[in-house]
Amino acid sequence: MTNKRKASTFIRYFFYGIVLVFFLWAFIQGYFSLIFEQTDEFLRLLRQHVLLVLVSSLLAVGIAIPAGILVTRPAFRKLEWPVLNLANLGQTIPSIAILALVMTYLGIGFYSAVFALFVFSILPVLRNTVAGLNSVDPALKDAAKGMGFTPSQILFKVEMPNAAYPIMAGIRTAMVMNVGSAALAYLVGGGGLGDFIFTGIVMQSQEYLISGAVPVTLLAICIDFFLRFIEKITVSKGLRRSAETAEAS
Amino acid sequence: MIEFKNVTKTYDGKVNAVDDVSFTVPQGNIAVFLGPSGCGKTTLLRMVNRLVPITKGEIFIDGENTNSLNEIQLRRNIGYVIQSNGLFPNMTIEDNVTVVPKLLGWDKEKMRSRFFELMDLIGLKPDDFRKRYPHELSGGQQQRIGIARAMAADPPVMLMDEPFGALDPIIRSHLQKEFLQIQKEVQKTILFVSHDIDEAITMGDQVAIFKDGRLMQYDAPDDILANPANEFVSTFVGADRAIKSLGLHTVADLVNQLKVTPVAADSKQISLKTDLRQILSIFFNEGYEELVVVDEEKKPMGSITIQDVQKYLHQTNQSA
Amino acid sequence: MNGAFQYFMNNQDEVLALTLQHIQLVGLATVIAILIGVPIGIYLTTNDAVADVVLQIAAIIMTIPSIALFGLMIPVLSVINQGIGFLPALIALILYSQLPIIRNTYVAVQNVDPNMRDAAKGIGMSSWERIRMVEIPIALPVIMAGVRNAVVLSIGIGAIAAFIGAGGLGVLIDQGISRYNRDMIVVGAVGVSLLAIIADTVLGILQRVLTPKGMNINA
Repeated sequence: MTNKRKASTFIRYFFYGIVLVFFLWAFIQGYFSLIFEQTDEFLRLLRQHVLLVLVSSLLAVGIAIPAGILVTRPAFRKLEWPVLNLANLGQTIPSIAILALVMTYLGIGFYSAVFALFVFSILPVLRNTVAGLNSVDPALKDAAKGMGFTPSQILFKVEMPNAAYPIMAGIRTAMVMNVGSAALAYLVGGGGLGDFIFTGIVMQSQEYLISGAVPVTLLAICIDFFLRFIEKITVSKGLRRSAETAEAS
Repeated sequence: MIEFKNVTKTYDGKVNAVDDVSFTVPQGNIAVFLGPSGCGKTTLLRMVNRLVPITKGEIFIDGENTNSLNEIQLRRNIGYVIQSNGLFPNMTIEDNVTVVPKLLGWDKEKMRSRFFELMDLIGLKPDDFRKRYPHELSGGQQQRIGIARAMAADPPVMLMDEPFGALDPIIRSHLQKEFLQIQKEVQKTILFVSHDIDEAITMGDQVAIFKDGRLMQYDAPDDILANPANEFVSTFVGADRAIKSLGLHTVADLVNQLKVTPVAADSKQISLKTDLRQILSIFFNEGYEELVVVDEEKKPMGSITIQDVQKYLHQTNQSA
Repeated sequence: MNGAFQYFMNNQDEVLALTLQHIQLVGLATVIAILIGVPIGIYLTTNDAVADVVLQIAAIIMTIPSIALFGLMIPVLSVINQGIGFLPALIALILYSQLPIIRNTYVAVQNVDPNMRDAAKGIGMSSWERIRMVEIPIALPVIMAGVRNAVVLSIGIGAIAAFIGAGGLGVLIDQGISRYNRDMIVVGAVGVSLLAIIADTVLGILQRVLTPKGMNINA
């Protein structure tokens, strides 16, 4: 038992060690220099990056959740199968392909990038919303109906709270992927921290690469952590046990 | 009082899931709907709160046609308990219990005091459970909470769809007894779906037996056991129906009806409250010729033999 | 779209060669990822404490955006003069494939119903027979689902790897962008998408074939 615990502690600190060594090494080599030397440019790109992610994600969530609710209503059940299959198919299409296609038809620029990211983010949210709503035990809906809940009360007091975990997880997945896809937005003239990374690739400049890649990575990890925290406070404690078992599948 | 008048449910215009059913459940009684799966008992139950629309016929609750009421209002005035308890996992026990009062717009203090009342009624400590979530409770506790939730707004009528079906036999019989105690206090009119003849005999003031959507017999448990209306009922209640019916009678009933012979020899003592099914078991297991009946003060009143039980059963069957 | 079709017809050989390169990269990465990930996943079922840490680390690696991971690896691999090209791409794909493969293996093996294990022992199977006849058939479809997930992901990331000189269909997107050649971009993007869809479908069928009849796994 103690050996197992030791092994896990070792792996954990080994991982931390690698990360630490990497940071020290990059720092000593001066690879972060751009962040300090071109602070204004860096901040501008960072702001652009965050804006790309936020605008596209909010739009996607704003459309995907109502759409997911709609296709799980009895009157629109027929739509569920085609919508889900389309979403599954769409999700296999790589983000770079979506960006490239959007660019060829809508031209380059911030709004093209937002549109591509928006399209790419809708799918995981939609899929998880539908899956989440479908996973709510029919007995709960029956009990609620039998006690005199109106259809909208069933949706907002029973279905949504009990589907909150998968829905939130879908939003988190979408936003984390979005941070990465937004780094490709540079290719279609959308700006963002991808600017530094691609410049670094072209110029073979470690400074550009690290000054772009590290902040993008940290941004993704921060958003992941932040949304996990939001999950924790919005998803009812009563669901936590079932949520933990659901994550594995 | 609940009145079913020629109630029929037809799916796709073909099969009658419920076929021209009429009967009346008196105020404050428990009527058990009994039958094999697919006999229409659950469909009929769900027609009462209009979860299933009625194809033909009418259901009256206290003289009011359920179809004339707003279905949401109707449901809020009917308690509903289902087998899988249907507790909302995202809500605390208190929120679960007071969910209907909340829909009805009760104020907070009233809901809180109602919660404490109900928890006392079902025998759980309110403060221990208030902030807990359903998954932290045992199956028996969850089902008790389900019952408390159904009674929260004090509805005159309750529908219970195999409420104890998912519990193990020991907890089930415990909850059955407990629920009968509660019912003595609250006097609801209850429709109770079951597929278990023993449960029906224990719980029901009346038992309605269904087959293929049709009502086979509607009577008190005694009468069903003594005089099954047809072949189906007699098979369904089982060849041991006579022994089952003994469970409904106590030594006191027997003593009232038959003269007990004076005590001849010293033998095992039995109280007036013991049911006759147990008495039979004691005769068989322990090999006594006779048992000594004692009153509340443990004074011997007389003795009974196995023949007395037989005679008693015979007489009651004839009168029923 | 017409122009793109024209471009494809005129450059069939090149497109085909890039497709093969893409498949090679993803295929090699997947094989290595399975060889690493499946044993780790199985091992993790014996040690919950390590399982927590490893799955957490794999999840963190998954959150690193692919282009950023390339950006991080180039300087490091430059130390051994391999900063650009096939190797960083391969390493990145292997890393990204680990989470789906390790996690699904772990879940699959752990989810083999203990009663079933017990029954297998009870009817006198040896451990090897039990693993071969009960645990693997039951776990395989779920592991397969993880592999499928990893492959689809890798095909997309493989397209991005073209920007760091790893070849593959992403080359068409990369060069199309720098040459303002719309048809080239479309052929690249559609090609990568089709590759991902085909891989997903084929692996989906394989997953179904591997699922013992009478079992229905929605993983």
